[in-house]
Amino acid sequence: MKRPIRWFTFAAPSRFYWLAGLLNPWLWLIAAGLALAGLYVGFFVAPTDATQGESYRIIFIHVPAAWMSMVLYLAMAFWAAIGWMFNARMASMLARAIAPTGAMFTFLALWTGAFWGKPTWGTWWVWDARLTSELILLFLYLGYIALVASIDDVVRGDKAGALLAIVGAVNVPIIYFSVRWWNTLHQGATISMTAAPKMAHTMLIAMMLMTFAFWAYAFATVFTRAQALALERERDTDWVRDLALARKER
Amino acid sequence: MNWSSWSDFFSMRGYGLYVWGSYVVTAALMLAEPWLVGRHRRQALRSAADPALQEASS
Repeated sequence: MKRPIRWFTFAAPSRFYWLAGLLNPWLWLIAAGLALAGLYVGFFVAPTDATQGESYRIIFIHVPAAWMSMVLYLAMAFWAAIGWMFNARMASMLARAIAPTGAMFTFLALWTGAFWGKPTWGTWWVWDARLTSELILLFLYLGYIALVASIDDVVRGDKAGALLAIVGAVNVPIIYFSVRWWNTLHQGATISMTAAPKMAHTMLIAMMLMTFAFWAYAFATVFTRAQALALERERDTDWVRDLALARKER
Repeated sequence: MNWSSWSDFFSMRGYGLYVWGSYVVTAALMLAEPWLVGRHRRQALRSAADPALQEASS
């Protein structure tokens, strides 16, 4: 008889810590391997773009970073909400652990976008819908990080952060659909569920390899940061004491 | 192969500043963050092992 996997088991910080420690080395390996493959295809296999020349190669990091910035925000809001609703400690810690990585990808999306905008549009920055809403996303991340850090009571901090994260989630569909709802300088979606991709095959492969590399990277960094948060918050519990002592004796 | 020479590759045929300006910053941040996060975790483990440190930081 097959026993079903009880996923709620990993809501316990001690078990989460163990699972994250088990997965992390593999996640780092996958991230590095996919990134190397993606960079190789992106620079040495994918052809030069007919209209944009070599500058288009920024797409291999720009689009994955922008996707991650939005996905991570939704993940942060989701776990913050779960933590709030069910009083789940590990979920709240996960939300806090996601924020810095999400902020970093948002910054990278803006930064690489600026370096792509300059040669193609002639400007580093314009106040158009896509760029402005992505900038607001960065401020939401930074606001969340500052808010939870400023409240000494961790449970109250988690709740205040959850409120901000959930309300701010409305910005994500605005970013995503901004290129359709408004006239913007930014080009439309590169790939969509309904139409064939408007790019060469090898370009798409490079972009997807980099996207999966960024996914693995995000999982690994978030898991490691969540481990650190769990150790700090649960330092008075037996499992942390045992772990710390076991490390000392080695 | 896309590149006829290394200088062709490094200059990105005139787009070197933009392409490498994007990639270098991305690489720097994506190497720095795992390092910082790993250090954070090791410090948390160390302070959990040391009762004196625990009282000082809490």
